[in-house]
Amino acid sequence: MSNTDFVLAVEGLSVAFDGFKAVDDLSLYVDRGELRVVIGPNGAGKTTLLDLICGKTRANAGSIKFRNEEMTRLPEFRRVRKGIGRKFQTPSIYENLTVFQNLEVSFPRGRGVFGALAFKRTSDVLDRVKSVAQEIGLEKELDLEAGLLSHGQKQWLEIGMLLMQEPELLMLDEPIAGMSVREREITAELLKRICQNRSMIVIEHDMAFVEQIAHKVTVMHQGKILAEGPMEKVQSDQRVIDVYLGH
Amino acid sequence: MNPIADAPVDTQAPPAAGWLRRMFLHRGGYGSLIVLALLILVVFPLTLDVFRLNLMGKYLTYAFVAVGLVIAWGYGGVLSLGQGVFFGLGGYCMAMFLKLEASDPVSTKIQSTPGIPDFMDWNQLTALPLWWKPFHSLPFSLLAVLVVPGLLAFIVGFAMFKRRVGGVYFAIITQAVALILSVLIIGQQGYTGGVNGITDLRTLLGWDIRGDHAKLVLYFVNAVLLLAAILFCRRVTRSKLGTLLLAMRDKEDRVRFSGYDVAMFKVFSFCLAAVLAAIGGAMFTLQVGFMSPSFVGIVPSIEMVIYAAVGGRMSLVGAVYGAILVNLGKTWFSESFPNLWLFLMAALFIGVVMAFPNGLAGLYDSHVKPWLMRRGARSTS
Repeated sequence: MSNTDFVLAVEGLSVAFDGFKAVDDLSLYVDRGELRVVIGPNGAGKTTLLDLICGKTRANAGSIKFRNEEMTRLPEFRRVRKGIGRKFQTPSIYENLTVFQNLEVSFPRGRGVFGALAFKRTSDVLDRVKSVAQEIGLEKELDLEAGLLSHGQKQWLEIGMLLMQEPELLMLDEPIAGMSVREREITAELLKRICQNRSMIVIEHDMAFVEQIAHKVTVMHQGKILAEGPMEKVQSDQRVIDVYLGH
Repeated sequence: MNPIADAPVDTQAPPAAGWLRRMFLHRGGYGSLIVLALLILVVFPLTLDVFRLNLMGKYLTYAFVAVGLVIAWGYGGVLSLGQGVFFGLGGYCMAMFLKLEASDPVSTKIQSTPGIPDFMDWNQLTALPLWWKPFHSLPFSLLAVLVVPGLLAFIVGFAMFKRRVGGVYFAIITQAVALILSVLIIGQQGYTGGVNGITDLRTLLGWDIRGDHAKLVLYFVNAVLLLAAILFCRRVTRSKLGTLLLAMRDKEDRVRFSGYDVAMFKVFSFCLAAVLAAIGGAMFTLQVGFMSPSFVGIVPSIEMVIYAAVGGRMSLVGAVYGAILVNLGKTWFSESFPNLWLFLMAALFIGVVMAFPNGLAGLYDSHVKPWLMRRGARSTS
């Protein structure tokens, strides 16, 4: 496969679980600075696609190129260090640590065993924690144990933990699930802001939310891409209406 | 930094009380460590006779294992039921040096091959095996005390954790290692002294380790090393590495997808626990004067986990009390009711896990601390 200008170029990607093809010969290209939303019915393989890109699941075939570098054989932590960040569907934060500590341990320095032993809380760490906390609206909760945050705040905290790493590609799995209307609005604004200098892939079901944030929409169905393009075009696609939007 | 933990502390307290509170009631205070240091460096030597003090020294060698388990099990979530392996390897490396020193040609002239350890002679060995020879050197032996167990822990840990083997499966593997090593030691009698172990150790570089004075000195060396080990582990738990270990126990995947090689952090905590256990084993050999496979196998390994469980698996200082108390109980109980000891031990373990999972340290945190705080608040108002 030749090199491209895309941040992420997925080609011919396949994975099967016990014969069931969760992702089937899928190709996907994400541009620099693009916010891509992936939609599709349950079981379409959306989460599996993110799992494949971040390394949680190993592909059976195909290629994943991130900034023209092959990722399929790299272990998870190396992909993260290259600049791929992943947020899980249920808020995945360290409940027993404070918000500050949650952000601090996500700071991309001292990632080896001995680096972590020698890690010092220098002013650049403090500054970064402060600015990220401000970005996600948790600057007043820094000393609070993360388990005590509301559901929405936990989701924002996990996004903040990813921002600490300054990933070039950020993948979010249903970031507004379980959020109130007001929280959804704040999250939409947040995503638009943080998308300024990075690419994003977001899985989402809420069509109003998708319309608000998406640059481009990819519709998945049975492990394949059913349609792709701007929101209006996808919404008027008869096949998409049949399998997904019609319900 | 943590307003929740610090909230009940009254900032208006007079300086003396404030000083006491900082030491005992805040997380991260040195109070509990200072009390422990006073106890083992001052109180025990002043109140116990040499025989009892030596016994206490023996218990404190187990405390090394318990402290290591706090790091591996409490923080790292790596439950090893095979710490006896590392305790034993450390002890054997020390014992091999001492045995060679005790087996000079003059004192072994009645053997058919003078100059080799007595058990080798009994087993018809006529020359010192090649792998015993470096143990003529004390620096090599001391290095081996740390490196051999550390290396074994690294190999086992690396092989397991890189393959994402953990939890119960890892515990079973460590049990198997403990069984294998004890069978190996017992089977290779000519090279290891077999079931009797390596006994009749006399001098360290010409200094008789059996006398009262030597026992006193070794007790203090052991106590200081133990305190140093606790200080080092405190540093580890308070570093980013300690925070990461806690984070891993909560959400391992989140740590992995934050760019950390989770397996290596587990390997580190396992290796640290192994090296600490080995130091304890070497000090055991020096203070008790022998090392045998009865400290290597499955039963002693599980006993060592109980020390940490009773003391509190998240408390470095608590683990020391756990080791002391369980061993005091064992000595007292097995003198009176030798057959019942194992059952009592099992009951103790189940009781601790069910009734107070954080051990003695947990009881201190949930009962003694709030009481101290209330008293403090009353006396200042």
